[in-house]
Amino acid sequence: MSDLLTMMWKESKDLLFQRRWSAWILPVLLVGILGVYLPLQAGLQWLELSPIEIIVILWIPFFVIITFIGDAIAGERERHTLETLLASRISDRAILLGKLIVTVGYAWGMALVGLLLGLVLVNLFRGHGNWAFYHPFDVFLEALALSLLCCVLGASAGVLISLRSATVRQAQLILSVGTLVLIFGGILALQALPANFVSSLSYSQFLLLMIAAIAVLDAILLGLSLVSFQRSRLILS
Amino acid sequence: MSEPIIHIEHLSRSFGTVKALDDLSLEVPAGVVFGFLGPNGAGKTTTIHLLLGLLSPTQGQARVLGFDTCTQAAAIRAHSGALLEFAGLYERMSGEDNLDLYGRIYQMPAPARQARIKELLTHLDLWERRRDQVGTWSRGMKQKLAVARALFHHPSLIFLDEPTAGFDPIAAASLRNDLASLVAREGVTVFLTTHNLTEAEKLCAQVAVIRQGKLMTVGAPDELRARTGGQEAEIVGRGFTEQMLASLRERPEVAHADLHNSHLLIQLRGESEMGPLVRLLVLAGAEVEEVRRGKASLEDVFLTLMEEEST
Repeated sequence: MSDLLTMMWKESKDLLFQRRWSAWILPVLLVGILGVYLPLQAGLQWLELSPIEIIVILWIPFFVIITFIGDAIAGERERHTLETLLASRISDRAILLGKLIVTVGYAWGMALVGLLLGLVLVNLFRGHGNWAFYHPFDVFLEALALSLLCCVLGASAGVLISLRSATVRQAQLILSVGTLVLIFGGILALQALPANFVSSLSYSQFLLLMIAAIAVLDAILLGLSLVSFQRSRLILS
Repeated sequence: MSEPIIHIEHLSRSFGTVKALDDLSLEVPAGVVFGFLGPNGAGKTTTIHLLLGLLSPTQGQARVLGFDTCTQAAAIRAHSGALLEFAGLYERMSGEDNLDLYGRIYQMPAPARQARIKELLTHLDLWERRRDQVGTWSRGMKQKLAVARALFHHPSLIFLDEPTAGFDPIAAASLRNDLASLVAREGVTVFLTTHNLTEAEKLCAQVAVIRQGKLMTVGAPDELRARTGGQEAEIVGRGFTEQMLASLRERPEVAHADLHNSHLLIQLRGESEMGPLVRLLVLAGAEVEEVRRGKASLEDVFLTLMEEEST
């Protein structure tokens, strides 16, 4: 456990809390879009969690993940810091999980901060005096779960791709192409389902179906990442 | 006699058809700086990877600090430090955070980490820059920090893989001095790979020479000089010809002979006399003005070994 905390400390220092103002551009921009611009544009409708809004809630943290995960894995190899880390006593699992937890936490945390900020601003500037919350509440919870699962999906796919990429640039390029494949693959998979089955589902049930599908994908990719991230393989690559 | 800190028996490692290490057997005593010399691609880095348990051997076995490299690699890494081919520093983090990270990895308590950071950075004249991002430091400063990181958790053994490679002579000498003083102060055993023979000569109590994965010789630098000949001579004069050189090279007491700007450089085997060689040159028509004798450097020993192997 202490190894995991050490890796999380290191990742947050190295990746997120650098002493450079430029490190804050991306989070400020994305939280600004999700938590200020879009909620103030949509007004109280923002709290109704339309399908478009769900897509935004899923897309923003996923975008952050695919931007950072390549740097966390392929970047360490490119900068030759991974080799030194592997020569220390810290376990392979602590290195990998530390990177995954911090990257996923950072991206998902950004979505949570954006949603919370949006809630406060809509109620303050577009409300009618009564304090309103995101509704329906089950859809809100499902959106949060789906967003977290999408972050894990991006992170574990990112690990697998980064392990096979020579540079951060190559990893990010493959991840971008992979994201497009995932989106269109998802659309084709939905179209392949019987039309009467899809139309019989409520909005909440549809999100649950997505949660189940992505959870299965997450489990597979996470398992593969844990198997692939091994000293003896990494030192040879 | 105390247990060797590294004990290697018939260790081999192949990558496909390439044999990076071929039947290496070696013992490294505790408390010394042990130089592992060889040209590029000789198998030095592979040896370090094998000793740290980062790679598995194709054949043979090794024990480091009493632990088996195949089955107890985590224990070896827990009790040793390493500065590998690259400094491996986090350039977006400060110098003190880089050291603090490795203190945390080796589970040192916070007060001990802080005290150790101050001790090492002060000793290496890096304390004033401790809060600056390492990316803004010079290459020499970074390498000093990487040495400090390898020693941070008080290991009993450190691996240094060509620590001064690519440095200019002044920076290399400065790093070497810092390294020597730190190693003496900490009482740590050092396994140092290098192809810099001056470095090996200045730092190492014992050296092993490796080429194409095979161990060629091992011993103290003085022993190696004696074993490989050890004596060299310089003859200053005029009229030296290629034919004279060829005649010299045929003599059993001559290991190596070469001509540089009218200076004839001869490496001798054992305690050979110079008189017969000077007579040979004079009879062949050369004008000899001066004959100087000296001890062969480790570089001469190394070159002789490389030459003997290739012939």
